[in-house]
Formats: sequence, C-alpha cells, structure tokens
Amino acid sequence: MGNLNFRPLWRYQDAIIEGIITTLWLTLIATLAGLIIGTICAVVLRRGPKPIRYLIYTYIEVIRNTPPLIQIFIVFFVFPGFGVRLDPFPAASIALSLYFGAYASEIIRSGLDSIPRSQVEAGHCLGLSSLQVFVHVVLGPALRNIYPSITSQIVLVLLGTSIASQISTEELFHTAGFIDSRTFRSFEVYALIALIYVLLVTAFRLLFALIGRVAFRWPTRR
Amino acid sequence: MRQFSMIDFVALTTALQYTVLLVILALAFGTPLALLMALLRTSRAAIPRWATAFVLQLVQGIPLLALLMFFYFGLPVFLGVQIPPLVAVTVAFTIYTAVFLGEIWRGGIEAVKQTQWEAAASLGISRWQQFRYVIAPQAMKIALPATVGFLVQLIKGTSLAAVVGFVELTRAGQLVSAATFQPLLVYSVVAAVYFAICFPLTLWSRNLEARLNGSR
Repeated sequence: MGNLNFRPLWRYQDAIIEGIITTLWLTLIATLAGLIIGTICAVVLRRGPKPIRYLIYTYIEVIRNTPPLIQIFIVFFVFPGFGVRLDPFPAASIALSLYFGAYASEIIRSGLDSIPRSQVEAGHCLGLSSLQVFVHVVLGPALRNIYPSITSQIVLVLLGTSIASQISTEELFHTAGFIDSRTFRSFEVYALIALIYVLLVTAFRLLFALIGRVAFRWPTRR
Repeated sequence: MRQFSMIDFVALTTALQYTVLLVILALAFGTPLALLMALLRTSRAAIPRWATAFVLQLVQGIPLLALLMFFYFGLPVFLGVQIPPLVAVTVAFTIYTAVFLGEIWRGGIEAVKQTQWEAAASLGISRWQQFRYVIAPQAMKIALPATVGFLVQLIKGTSLAAVVGFVELTRAGQLVSAATFQPLLVYSVVAAVYFAICFPLTLWSRNLEARLNGSR
C-alpha cells in the first residue's frame, strides 16, 4: 500500500491547464463541424439523389461500427500517403468531426422525422413561406426533440477526445501520460485527470441544461 | 521491410480471439453488476438510489481510456502489487459494462408502467417476485435493442485495451503496421474486421427496435 502524494503534480498545473484548453478546443471544433456535417447529411438523406444517399449511408454506418481509435489512426496515416504531413491536432479534429458528424446526422434525421407532415401542411395553410415553415415549424420543434440526445452525444465527444492522445495530440489525457512519466505518481495522476474529466462533463451537462431551459422555453411544455 | 501478407492477416484474426475474450469477460462480470445497478437505481429506498446515481455520474464522466489507465498503471503502483494486464483491463471493462448497461436496463424497468407493479402487488406476491415475473419480462423486451446496441459499443471499446499494451485486434494492428510500414492498409483491414462484427449487430438491434415499435 503506497502513500498518497499529490504535491509533485502541483508543478504541472500549467501543463494541465493547457491540456484542458486543447481538449475543449477539440470538443468545440468537433461539435461545430459535426453539427454542420450532420445537418447536411440529414437533409440530403431526405431529399438527395440516390447514389449520394447511399454514400452518406455508408459513411454513417462505417463510422458507427468501427472503433474511433482506428478512425483516428486512419485519418492520421491517410494524409502522408498523399504526401501531405498533417499535425496531430488537425488530424484529431478531422477524425472527431467525422465521428460526431455520423452520430449527429442520425440524431438530426430522427428529429426531422419526428415532425408530422400535417404540421408542415398546417404551416403552409397559415401562409408561411417554405423557408419560414422549415425554420419555425420543422427546425425549431425538431431541435427541441433532439436536444437531449445531441447534448449527451457532445459529452461523449468530450470524453472521446482522450483518444487523440494516441496520435500524440497534446490534450488533457496526453498531459496525464507526460506527468506520469516525470513523477511516477501514476495513481495520483490518473485519479486527478479522471476527476478533471468528471468536472468538465458535469460543467457541460449543467451548461446544456441551462441553455436548454432558456432556448426551449416557448411554447409552454406539453 | 516486408509486405502485408496472409501471415499478418492470420495474426490479426488470432488477436481477434482476445477481443472476443475481453467482450465475454466484460459481459460475464458486468451483467450481474449491471442488474444490481439497475435494481438499486429503481429502488424505493433513497440511499441506494443516490449512491448508484453518484457512481453513475462518476463513471460516465471518465473516459474509458482513463479508466483503463487507472487500473493498469495507477492502482497497481498505489497498492504496490503486480496486476496482470488481463485482470486490469477486465476490471475496467466490467465497471464500464455495469454502469452503462445498468443505465440502459434502468430505462427498461422504468418504461414498464407503475400500474404493472401495483397489479402484481395486488396478487400478493413479494417485491422480488413482482420484479422477476411481471416487470423483468416486459423490461427485457423494451431494453433488448439498446442492449444489443451497447454490445457494439463494448466491442468498439475493447480497442482501447491496445493502449495499455494488451494484444487484441487493434494492438495486433499496431504491431503489424509497425512491421510492414503500411499503416493505412493494415488499419483499414482492422476497421473492416470490426465492421464485419459490429454491423450485423447494429442491424439486429435496429430490427428488434422496429419490431418492438410495431407490436405496440
């Protein structure tokens, strides 16, 4: 039984903070890019030409049925094959964006599907333009329906950024390995890093709950 | 330098056995704990509910990778003992399975209407019998698609055991890739193997879900 000593870790607070910032950047980039990819895919899946629909379907299934660790390796190694050297951070951003994009498109698609046709027709009857119908009648309620699943998927992306450490992106988990190799306080290092992840996740959940409460106030709850 | 050949493919498929072994071990130890988690989470007493909610928040807030590292590097150093990689990795995946599957099953139990409990109670059978004979069969049916979906998550998750040097499919891919200098080809083959296992399960899960919704 060893004794606990967190003191040697204190010197590495700058590294830890930088790791957290990189982790948050990765999460933000993957979230935004993934939402864009997901929205485009979901819309094209509804009314795109058939070959493109099959392409998107393949993309979604391949991403969802292979480990993200392998995906990140493939993205990291595919570019040197074409003679382009890609740094770990952009490679990780691309891999995580593609990863979240696949899940986001499934979620967004289910959100769009959750709006009954009659509701769209009702919108047209009220004299709204097609764009107005899409924004106010389809997108708004759909967003409210998918908000819980999208946000919990974003939390999973936050946790998933840890695998970016495996292509030596210097995010939070990479920092853990770095500090461990300097201090040999493995127990304390991994306990601390795990705690930081828990705090980040909790902060994200609270933030999403708050945003959800403000953004989806209208109309009153069913 | 050598080319990726049949031998490497055999090496990958041999390593696949260890991926399967990890999944089996995680399910063998994880499912009883998951059932316990689900029961405590839906318990009428407050303390077990809060305690399991705390465990849930904790484990769901830690990357699986960190869980693996903690049990492989952290805990043995602290305890001052050697823990074989298979044991450390199994412990991590067992906890992962217990928490995530437990949460899925809790959802299944809660999806069964309260009136079912009351109807069962009015038959004069014990609380456990109410669960065993009335609630569980319905909950199982509801939770089955998500359970199969979790199986896919678990199979993909075992790839992270590669990070602590446990030679399963992904680690074997890394080794073959290092030997052949053909990472793109090797990782594509590895991805294809995972896909070949996970995709049928995904389809099955979706099929179950469609049938479930149809029967309602």
